[in-house]
Amino acid sequence: MYTASDLRKGLRIKIDNDPYIVTEFNFVKPGKGQALYRCKLKNMVNGNQFERTFRSVDIFEAADLQEKKMQYLYQEEGKYCFMDNQNYEQVFLSADQVGEAKYFLLDNIEVEILFFEDRPLGISLPNFIDVTVTKADPWAKGDSVSGNTKPVTVQTGYQLQVPPFIEEGEKIRIDTRSGEYLTRVKG
Amino acid sequence: MDADWRLAGKAEVLRIRAAMIRSIHRFFLEQGFLDCETPLRIPAPAPESHIDAVGSGDWFLQTSPELCMKRLLAAGYPKIFQICKCFRAGERGAFHLPEFTMLEWYRAGTDYRTLMDDCEELIVHVAGDLGLGGAVSWQGKKIALRPPWERITVREAFARYAGLGVEEALRRDCFDETMVCAVEPHLGMERPVFLREYPAELGALARVNAENPEVAERFELYIAGLELANAFSELTDAAEQRRRFEKASRDRRLKNRTAYSLPERFLAALSRMPPSAGIALGIDRLAMILTDQATIDAVVAFTPESL
Repeated sequence: MYTASDLRKGLRIKIDNDPYIVTEFNFVKPGKGQALYRCKLKNMVNGNQFERTFRSVDIFEAADLQEKKMQYLYQEEGKYCFMDNQNYEQVFLSADQVGEAKYFLLDNIEVEILFFEDRPLGISLPNFIDVTVTKADPWAKGDSVSGNTKPVTVQTGYQLQVPPFIEEGEKIRIDTRSGEYLTRVKG
Repeated sequence: MDADWRLAGKAEVLRIRAAMIRSIHRFFLEQGFLDCETPLRIPAPAPESHIDAVGSGDWFLQTSPELCMKRLLAAGYPKIFQICKCFRAGERGAFHLPEFTMLEWYRAGTDYRTLMDDCEELIVHVAGDLGLGGAVSWQGKKIALRPPWERITVREAFARYAGLGVEEALRRDCFDETMVCAVEPHLGMERPVFLREYPAELGALARVNAENPEVAERFELYIAGLELANAFSELTDAAEQRRRFEKASRDRRLKNRTAYSLPERFLAALSRMPPSAGIALGIDRLAMILTDQATIDAVVAFTPESL
């Protein structure tokens, strides 16, 4: 249990059976009046944001959130299937829940899935993944018109800008947080 | 090392803050006010519904110097001021520190209207000493300081900014929320504003207006949406003051807050106190305005978290 005075940016609480994250927090107190806690809250299921003002007597339940390591299996009709390797239980996430991560879902990749009670909310990827370049224009030496980068496509279908020396069939490392090229991977 | 780096970066703000405090002292001393020191550690603060004191042994640290200062008024000191530390438990935010610096001044033989004139003169004087001229800029807003400043009643402000009657806000138990969310953000954006005539029940130590007993002779000074000062025509009716303290004490007990013993010596002195007016002004917040800092943390050398 939390009271309003425990609220902090980043705290995750349960309101009306949904998990919320506090995205902004301010303590205010009008002259001689009572302490008020002005918060911006984001619903962790649907992303809706709203502002609420709480009093010090208000109490909250902590949101029961857990991260589980799971393995990505396959995608079918916009549903993404993941499996818990401990008990072989499978869960499905929607394209919305997977979000940008869909570009980095390599076959059998291990990810962290965030659960609220028994409901999966979203996934976190490893920060770095190594992928094979499946489509790249050849490097024309001395070609300075096209600039310092060129677009390539990797095995997951994701497109990104890389240095011009990267060739088709090579492996590159991507930072999944920014979606950007980091380095060429040898071997 | 990070903390020391931050501390070193405050040099200019701390220099202006010190100059501001010197200027305030000069302002009051030149007008014949007595700079009085009163104890920080007291048997109990005045019981108020929403102010919690920090304990200090069997006693408490003051939440405001008002009880001792009013005893000085009652004993025949007509113009007194001091800048001192006050302590309020649980108050921490962008504009709140649990230990903060307060300026209080009191005048015998006058009412809260004189204090509005004092505020205008004081802040214009300080801004002049700091070389700021006739306006201050705070967080992108420019506020002209030339008097007279706007004076609006709480009733007018609620109608204008919240579209809500004061009585209705009180009945629906949302007076504070309305004040903070709908009214305060508009107060003092072009020039400072005195928000005056609070509902009588919200002025625990204030005199009610003789012509309109529904309202207390109380005002708050706002600059750029920031509440800087709270002032009263002081209540001098000891029996009425005792009733209000007892009501606040009952309220505190109901909410499981620390009960404070009634300040009997203050109540005894109150019957001898001449009609007076008194005001408390937050020094840290004035420093925020005059140095264009967004948070109270920026205008003190140390916050509790940095100790």
